[in-house]
Amino acid sequence: MIRALHRWPGLLALALLTVLSLSGAALSVFPAADRIAAPQAEAGLTIAALADRIQAVYPGVEQIRRSPSGRITAYWFEQGAPGAAVIDPATGEGVASADPNQVERWLTNLHRSLFLGDGGRMAMAAGAAAMLVLSLTGAALVARRTGGWRHWFAALRGPLAGRLHVEIARVAVVGLVLSSATALWMTASTFDLLPDGGAMPAAPAAVSGETGFAPGRMPMLWQTPIAELRELSFPYPGDATDVFTLKTDRGTGYLDQGDGALLTWADLTAWERVSETIYMLHTGQGAATLGLVLGLMALGVPAMGATGVLVWLAGRRGRPRIRGNQTAGRAETILLVGSEGGSTWGFAATLHAALTQAGQSVHVGPMSGFAPKRYAAARRIILLAATYGDGAAPASAKGFLDRLNACDRAPDIPMAVLGFGDRSFPAYCAFAKDVAAAAQAKGWPQLLPPGTIDRQSPQDFARWGRGLGDVLGLDLELSHQPVQPHMTTLTLVSRRDYGAEVQAPTAILRFALPRVSLWQRLRAGGFARFQAGDLIGILPEGGAVPRLYSLASGRRDGFVEIVVKKHPGGLCSGQLMALEPGDTVAAFLRRNAGFRPGRSRAPLILIGAGTGIGPLAGFVRGNTRGRPLHLFFGMRHPDSDFFYGEEFPGWQDEGRLTRLVTAVSRGARPNYVQDALRGEAAQVVELIRNGGRVMVCGGRDMAAGVADALADILAPAGLTPSLLKAEGRYVEDVY
Amino acid sequence: MKSLFATLALTTALTLPGLAMARPVTLTTTLNNYGGDGAYLALYVTDASGAYVGSLWMAGGKSKYYEHLGDWHRATGGDTGQVNGITGASVGAGRTLEITLDLADALFDAGYTLHIDAAVEDMRDSPNEVAVPLTTEGAGTPVQGRRYIASFAYDM
Repeated sequence: MIRALHRWPGLLALALLTVLSLSGAALSVFPAADRIAAPQAEAGLTIAALADRIQAVYPGVEQIRRSPSGRITAYWFEQGAPGAAVIDPATGEGVASADPNQVERWLTNLHRSLFLGDGGRMAMAAGAAAMLVLSLTGAALVARRTGGWRHWFAALRGPLAGRLHVEIARVAVVGLVLSSATALWMTASTFDLLPDGGAMPAAPAAVSGETGFAPGRMPMLWQTPIAELRELSFPYPGDATDVFTLKTDRGTGYLDQGDGALLTWADLTAWERVSETIYMLHTGQGAATLGLVLGLMALGVPAMGATGVLVWLAGRRGRPRIRGNQTAGRAETILLVGSEGGSTWGFAATLHAALTQAGQSVHVGPMSGFAPKRYAAARRIILLAATYGDGAAPASAKGFLDRLNACDRAPDIPMAVLGFGDRSFPAYCAFAKDVAAAAQAKGWPQLLPPGTIDRQSPQDFARWGRGLGDVLGLDLELSHQPVQPHMTTLTLVSRRDYGAEVQAPTAILRFALPRVSLWQRLRAGGFARFQAGDLIGILPEGGAVPRLYSLASGRRDGFVEIVVKKHPGGLCSGQLMALEPGDTVAAFLRRNAGFRPGRSRAPLILIGAGTGIGPLAGFVRGNTRGRPLHLFFGMRHPDSDFFYGEEFPGWQDEGRLTRLVTAVSRGARPNYVQDALRGEAAQVVELIRNGGRVMVCGGRDMAAGVADALADILAPAGLTPSLLKAEGRYVEDVY
Repeated sequence: MKSLFATLALTTALTLPGLAMARPVTLTTTLNNYGGDGAYLALYVTDASGAYVGSLWMAGGKSKYYEHLGDWHRATGGDTGQVNGITGASVGAGRTLEITLDLADALFDAGYTLHIDAAVEDMRDSPNEVAVPLTTEGAGTPVQGRRYIASFAYDM
């Protein structure tokens, strides 16, 4: 609901808000420029003294005005011609033109009415209202995302556009609320909807009838410092019934031109004061610094508009159409989705497609639509639940727990929960866990133990799918592509071959950096931005499922590199191994944000075997800042599959690699990478105690062996791999 | 044709009996290029003693700005009832405002003065920008205003 209230006003008002914010930001400069340019009065100068000085220079002076910036302007009439100038209060002489600034006037009219009169004013007021709604709903969304108001500035994760959107918003929102709320007030005031009109003092009952009392001698003007002056109007020459009119920060009064007495006075009303304060807050006139700050914040609006549209488009793209969705009443399998941004729907679509292909009838719907009584033909219920923020229900699962708890008893249909989350958050899959706990408390039979998917990992999902397939007696291969990938053609530049001697032909394939469109660059999509450890997907000719390979290079390296081992009968690896320089292959990029070394300078322990060395070598190559990197590399034989063996000495000399420990599995004394770890136990413990991080890449068996070895090594220090994982200091990329 | 007869008849009937006769009068006000936003103009009449008699036209729709039409505002106390039904848009720099009204014959050659107060946002207020006696000989003779009005004339 809040999201919809944020999205639609935002999209509708985008153009209007861009005009409003850019013109507002430009206008914010003027009060500050005014403040700097205007000659300021000396401290203690009174209105009387100033009026004397000006009258000495311009005897025909009619009015003296002081703007909130301190600029003093005098208007006079001499020899039948009107004159005006900005006055230097020290001398009373004109120093600059008093004509309004045409650029400022143009911008002001654009900003408040699009040059369209009252209709334009109302349109711009609607824009301000949209801005206010966007600010408030946006703030609520940020609080929900970061896990509460107290975590307002918590670190963000996720795609760049969404992060930028929130980063700008949480700084700018204060200014935008202030600017939009004051704009609405000012519009209401302009349309006379507020009782904030100026109170004029009563017309004086009698005047002295004399003329010629110099303003410099009037007590009222002696007592009032120049800082309080707004306007002093002189009486018409020759009209003895006219009076001096004085407006100050406190009110308005009439002064007798014959004896200088204060005839009548009216204080500003409370409404006027409020309106004036609001005017100052909105325009920065009288608060130039605040104006500049608000102007800067307003500049965030176009940026948030652009990133907001990208977030919206990504969300739309990420939510696929479910083809052949069964009705809830007839489906054997009910898939209920709790998704916030839409990515979990993609997983549901993949599962739906795979189950349907396996002959099942499947219904997909939101968790918020949970209605067990409707599932007449259902034999299983599968819940795919993301988590929002600090364990809250995601948008499409709102009310699920209430509905479940309101049931007399849980359905008899066995269920499975699969949680989606990010392991680096403390509340990892918290909502899914709540659901599982509530189901257990209700005595809902379990089809599968609860599972989790870390950072949308396709590998995790495929593994969970195999488990589900086992239970259902199906051969379930879940290959999930979150977004219909945009294929890019990669051209092979060079290849280095290894492993023929050990019956494991492997190659390091290097492709040229593909051309990137401007649109991709703007969105940082496709190959516009990638790092070692990200994945490329390659769809083999004649195959339906893309295969993923870890990248051994980042965009900055200037090429795309992977390490590929030929699997017996492997369609994709076979085709890749047959590539010669100049040949091309279709590929797409998939980010793997969970497997990155990060920017910290803490020591890094890289552990890999076989082709798993690829991303780790990429990290080493990219380590130009001299971060301590310790690489444990398991291979069959140094003469056959020592990938990057030529580069390692150079990288060590350049300080990119601190230490290389190799383990050789073929030979008289087979040695695996976990054995090498045990051999360096003391140093490993030392590194981890100093904040070190562990990154493991390779096959599942190797990863399990490494985890066992680390458990043994760390136990004396009171640490466990699971503790490190929970802290985000132990990550694996396992296949 | 904007009929103003009723308003003026009411305000002047007490002092001037027998103003059954009225004629259409065209008031033409041309502004100079003063380089600001649209001007608010108040056109009103005072009698020989300088007392306010009635308003002829108000150019400018937002009553919160009427206080800047200083003399008119003081004379009327800012009473928008005085310009009900005879209010139009503000007049841009360099533009001309032309209005035709039925004015009582009795207003001419009897010491009445037509005044225009002008005000422009962020510029000097100009009360009494124009003050012309209403006379039959004076009809058709343009006069210049003090600040914003390049020429004003009334034609019968």
